[in-house]
Amino acid sequence: MAKKIALLQGNEACAYGALYAGCSFFAGYPITPSTEVAEVMARELPKVGGKFIQMEDEIAAMAAVIGASLTGMKTLTATSGPGFSLKQENIGYACITEVPCVIINVMRGGPSTGMPTGPSQSDVMQAKWGTHGDHPAICIVPASVQELFTETVRAFNLSEKYRTPVTVMPDEIVGHMREKIEFPEPGDIPVINRTHPSVSPEEYKPYDTRFGDVPPLAAFGSEYRFHVTGLNKTADGFPTTRAEVVQMEEERQLRKIEENVDEIVTYEEYLLDDAEVAIVAFGSTARSARFAINEARKAGINAGLFRIITYWPFPDKQISALATKVKSIIVPEMNLGMTIHEVRRCAAGNAEVSGIFRVDGEPINPGQILDMIKEAGK
Amino acid sequence: MAFDYDKYIRPGKLPHIWCPGCGHGIVMKGLIRAIDALGLEKNKTAIVSGIGCASRLPGYMDFCTLHTTHGRGVAFATGIKFARPEMQVICVGGDGDGVAIGGNHFIHACRRNIDMTYLIMNNNIYGMTGGQFSPTTPLGAKASTTPYGNPDPPFDIAKLAIGAGATFVARGTAYHANQIDKLLVEAIKHKGFSVVEILDSCPTTYGRRNKYRSVVEMMNNLKDVAVSVKAAENMSPEQLQGKVLTGVLYKESKPEYVAEYQKIIAAAQEAV
Repeated sequence: MAKKIALLQGNEACAYGALYAGCSFFAGYPITPSTEVAEVMARELPKVGGKFIQMEDEIAAMAAVIGASLTGMKTLTATSGPGFSLKQENIGYACITEVPCVIINVMRGGPSTGMPTGPSQSDVMQAKWGTHGDHPAICIVPASVQELFTETVRAFNLSEKYRTPVTVMPDEIVGHMREKIEFPEPGDIPVINRTHPSVSPEEYKPYDTRFGDVPPLAAFGSEYRFHVTGLNKTADGFPTTRAEVVQMEEERQLRKIEENVDEIVTYEEYLLDDAEVAIVAFGSTARSARFAINEARKAGINAGLFRIITYWPFPDKQISALATKVKSIIVPEMNLGMTIHEVRRCAAGNAEVSGIFRVDGEPINPGQILDMIKEAGK
Repeated sequence: MAFDYDKYIRPGKLPHIWCPGCGHGIVMKGLIRAIDALGLEKNKTAIVSGIGCASRLPGYMDFCTLHTTHGRGVAFATGIKFARPEMQVICVGGDGDGVAIGGNHFIHACRRNIDMTYLIMNNNIYGMTGGQFSPTTPLGAKASTTPYGNPDPPFDIAKLAIGAGATFVARGTAYHANQIDKLLVEAIKHKGFSVVEILDSCPTTYGRRNKYRSVVEMMNNLKDVAVSVKAAENMSPEQLQGKVLTGVLYKESKPEYVAEYQKIIAAAQEAV
């Protein structure tokens, strides 16, 4: 049977991806350029018996999403720069309490109100370091409308599997572009649900590491009842200041992601086999880079693309290996230099690393990247 | 036979963190009696809080309990109630948590009229951080951040709730212990957003800075300022000067948010 095909906006694809993954609860607050996600959810969720609520602010939206997730629902919120900043408080709460939820952050210019309708890629560090304290981070940076659908499904899967908030961050261009999308049929993409406890309610502990680094999570309202706090806690969920427990718990929360990096990290390699110049890019910038690489090849320069799909955890291993193969790495990004520091760290001096930085609200165009490739290819 | 509070307290979680003379324990016992009177199911009842001394209450209670971020308890609770309407949701907290940092969530929950009960223990001070003035600290009162007396006018929480659209608003005091459970029973039974403010006292960080020589004196003060709504009917404005009304202050019936959304679901599904 032919697949259902549509012309869809990136933000709309996020919403449909969430529904495909089984999301049944959305809480949000209006903000450009992400509002379309909320609008689709407001229309579609009640049709499937789900819940949509527009809260009084970004902080409340994040809080409601966590509260609803604790009752067993898959939950989503969507925002942009200033809203993402406001959400950080409760994103930290979701991290330490290990409550699954997905956050769409459509990146616009900043800091502060910045350029609300302009594209940007300047929230990538906030996605990892935005909330205080040590915590794991998973962040995905799709580059097409189709990918916004499939990666939102994957975000829910990762969130449920690892009991952690996951952020999907298209830049404004990807969020607002319209492209053809082929809707996956149910079953085409696997959908993962959180692990429920196998022990009796009397024995249940919400952070019971006998079941591994990702303990099963029961639902409020079921036959299990338990305590959840943002304080450092013991296996039963109650506050503790015992040094060895706090240290162990914080390390476990990082470990549950770090030890599964190979399963979480995704990327795309394009014409890298014989490349002397590599572009490391993501989102809409990677689309410009691909065009520039094709042009460079025509001009006889062996250029290739490493496209980051999973930004956090960062593809350390892959970029390190890449740096030993190529002469030069170029990092174009719509900020004043963020990814380049990660790339330099991974390259460890094995390749020249240079950047193209743009924050004027205009996309980085293929011509700019091509000029840089030619310079590097000399 | 004496009332068995232990039935609702989590084994091994006492003693609580509250100071001697603090009224929060009296309020918690009132909440337990109310829950018992209503026969609420432990697995179907969520008790949610923000941050502060009063917000430690859920940890002691044997229900589905959620101790969240400062001021955000009501927003988390909204997520739970909206996702699982069959659950009974009770949010608790203090004055700073509820009407300073949580003020926006508070007024919008009142406006939204979502079916839950918000129990605010108002002791007029930030106790946990050591006695800074709160939005309910009286003018002129001493706090660690108002060493020359408080120049910042206070909120009347009950009036704020009524103004914002709460459909059930009541006030009691920690002195009038036997009234607390009665007010809470009515509040929990009410379909809509209900606010119960319990005037409380903090001898440790408020009393000693404001010339209260003992816990008993602070408790007597609560007794002296409180006037029941009924008694107030026969009192002159002069007699009511400096008094605080207690009892059910406001009650009305309005469409409740979750029930209204169920209608939206029904209509949307019919249209599909």
